Amino acid sequence: MGKRKVPGLNASSTADISFILLIFFLVTTSMDTDRGLAVRLPNPPEENQQDPPKIRERNSMIVNVNMNNQIMVTIAKEPREIQVSELRELAKEFIANPEDKADLPEKVAVELPAPFGVQMITKNHVISLQTDRATSYDTYFQVENELYGAYNDLRDELARKTFGRPYRECTEDEQLACRQYYKCVISEAEPRKYNQ
Amino acid sequence: MSKFQKKGKAEMPELNTSSLPDLIFSILFFFMIVTSMREVELKVEFKVPSGTELEKLERKSLVSNIYIGKPTKDFRAKLGTQSRIQLNDKFADPSHIREFVQAERESLAERDKPFMKMSLKIDKETQMGIITDVKMELREAMALSIVYSATQR
Repeated sequence: MGKRKVPGLNASSTADISFILLIFFLVTTSMDTDRGLAVRLPNPPEENQQDPPKIRERNSMIVNVNMNNQIMVTIAKEPREIQVSELRELAKEFIANPEDKADLPEKVAVELPAPFGVQMITKNHVISLQTDRATSYDTYFQVENELYGAYNDLRDELARKTFGRPYRECTEDEQLACRQYYKCVISEAEPRKYNQ
Repeated sequence: MSKFQKKGKAEMPELNTSSLPDLIFSILFFFMIVTSMREVELKVEFKVPSGTELEKLERKSLVSNIYIGKPTKDFRAKLGTQSRIQLNDKFADPSHIREFVQAERESLAERDKPFMKMSLKIDKETQMGIITDVKMELREAMALSIVYSATQR
């Protein structure tokens, strides 16, 4: 018996087959990475809830969005209507109170992790966001975006000043320190129906 | 001179395509790995708002989606254009959310449970009323870590 020659497998169509598979996956794939504004909700209200501690007027900033999507900000009992674009600067000034004004949040000495040590920060400030049931989600989202943006801007400035690099390039510990320096306090009230 | 002269007609050499399947296969594998099939059929239409302070959602397995928007064309005749909530494959009421969160939490491994995230995919035009009801239910269900899905501006 002589050696039989094994015929080579004709593989010229593998390319076509894999092309078809490739096109299938190209079509079904969704490359979009999900992005979003991360928010932490407060714990559920308890049954026997005590009255919340009274917040001094200078420590509270009330952002009110009505059913016509108009924004009103009240700082130190002084309401004014503003546009979304103005909100970030206002919030930054309120949170940081750089000039230690009497009608902006008081500064309290707080022990922070290294390298900050004891610092005077506006520990007791609260930003309160109130919406109406008919407010549009878009406006609400833009407001939230600006408020979180104000915190992020301040932390970034702080990180640049202290560590010499932007916030997102800092190490975990440094970021945590920055976060504690400007602690995010945004409280959301139940929306009301003003027209009832 | 004649040394460099071409002899006769130069024939176009044939392209060797024997490595083409391998090439395509490697692209194919790439797409197979990065792909994530959409697991639910969307019954509501939504266009998420755009923002600047967004974070990337890592580890998709920890994320559960809640969709809020107007019903798609097929359902409009029956349901109208009021904003509706969609959980998994079904329309739902805010009262169903607690159950949904429980089920989603059960499906996670024990050590991942505290890291569960809710991604809220909400249409821009939605009114806050329904969203607040949803958030209230999420608080009751102790699903406190939420993400408002948005596009980068």
